[in-house]
Amino acid sequence: MDEKLKAIYQCIVEGDNNGVQEHVRAALESGMDAGTILNEGLIAGMAEVGRLFEEGEYFVPEMLISARAMKSAMAILKPHLTSEQVGFAGRVAIGTVKGDLHDIGKNLVGLMLEGAGFQVIDLGSDVAPEKFVEAAKNNDVDIVAMSALLTTTMVNMKSTIAALEEAGVREKVKVMIGGAPVTEAYARQIGADGYAPDASRAVALAKSLLS
Amino acid sequence: MISSRFFDLLHSGKPVVLDGATGTNLQARGLPTGTPSDVWVLDNPAEVIRLHHDFITAGAEVILTNTFGSSRLHLAHAGLDARFEETNRTAVALARQAAAGSEVLVAGSLGPLGEMLEPAGTLSAETAAQVYAEQARLLAEAGVDLLVIETQFDLNEALAAVRGVKSVTDLPLVCSFSYDRGTRTMMGLRPAQAAQALAGAGLAAIGINCGRSLEDNRRALDELRAATDLPIWFKPNAGLPHSDAEGRMIYDVTPAMMGEQVAGWVAGGAVLVGGCCGTSPEHLRAIAEAVRKVA
Repeated sequence: MDEKLKAIYQCIVEGDNNGVQEHVRAALESGMDAGTILNEGLIAGMAEVGRLFEEGEYFVPEMLISARAMKSAMAILKPHLTSEQVGFAGRVAIGTVKGDLHDIGKNLVGLMLEGAGFQVIDLGSDVAPEKFVEAAKNNDVDIVAMSALLTTTMVNMKSTIAALEEAGVREKVKVMIGGAPVTEAYARQIGADGYAPDASRAVALAKSLLS
Repeated sequence: MISSRFFDLLHSGKPVVLDGATGTNLQARGLPTGTPSDVWVLDNPAEVIRLHHDFITAGAEVILTNTFGSSRLHLAHAGLDARFEETNRTAVALARQAAAGSEVLVAGSLGPLGEMLEPAGTLSAETAAQVYAEQARLLAEAGVDLLVIETQFDLNEALAAVRGVKSVTDLPLVCSFSYDRGTRTMMGLRPAQAAQALAGAGLAAIGINCGRSLEDNRRALDELRAATDLPIWFKPNAGLPHSDAEGRMIYDVTPAMMGEQVAGWVAGGAVLVGGCCGTSPEHLRAIAEAVRKVA
């Protein structure tokens, strides 16, 4: 790998916010293609962060620090990317379901999806089914992603899917779900397209749903 | 002095029986989906008392107030901060009412604030400490026997919580963590690190609650026991849930299965035992019966 890309990749893995900005600027100045920086530096770095998380080497703090570095690198890179390169992987509307205010998991998934090249529309927490429907209708969204931390609120994933069906938009989007009490079996039962146990695997799932 | 009753119980030489789950049981009793269980303190107090009572009948010696999500910050997220004082005071009164005429102690429950602390998030440790202090003061004034900071995952938040609570009351204090990534919390904290960081904090007990499977919690217990001299509070989930065709959560661990584990928990160093999510009054009865056998 090119030395400049290797440095960018390493900064993302280590969550070095200042370092990554410096190296991205230097790479752009040297005339390197922004898409290459994005894919082979930043996104590859975030994929490694995801792998380390799955392996139990990294936990939430390390992931957040890397995602933050990714975000500030993206702010520098964005003006240099073509419109196809921004959010090229797909558009995801993400939110924590109605009644549930826990947004830590949802935020992590959002950050990791952005880190993988998705455009993320964050609907926030305590999101009513109608709001998911509205997002699915208006924003040219590919995936609706729902999170719940509580056993008492995860049932609202089912009502949201029902609302998507009622509004006639269920077929135009993929639905993925996650959160502490959620399981693969639950995803099947309520008719979601997929379930991921953590933010890293949510990225893999989102990619596979759109492939 | 009321608080000494907890220490008497703790040092009686036999394990102390705590209660079971609040949220999953109230949901089984009709708490609408999407409604935090704390809401029923004011909206359906009869059912809250009934659940406390069922745990007492099943053998609980300590019951927890239904105030897990009743910090001012947490209530504000749900637009319910106007209820802050009333809901905390009422929750203690309901538990007291259920415990009336018995020796059962009431523990004030303090749950995570639902926001991340610096540096991962934006909430300062100072603000977090104040928020915990404010709720602890209310619970103490309303007459709880002890306080329990539970389901913690971030050491910074737990330290702020302990500092905050200690600044307003001398009631016995327990601090309990949820090791929901096996034997690490979601922030990567290990039982030994929690024990070490809280060693000089003046806790009455250090604990494990919620988490993942019974097996994972048991491993966390072993790690914690090796790292602390404090009494251990142990309130695991009734195993990992799955859901049925209607989307209801099913906990496969039966009361008998949970009861069978109790001797191992006590042998493994747990002094205060109960259950978290999925632990019904029937599960608790099995736990209490098993405790009587080992005592």
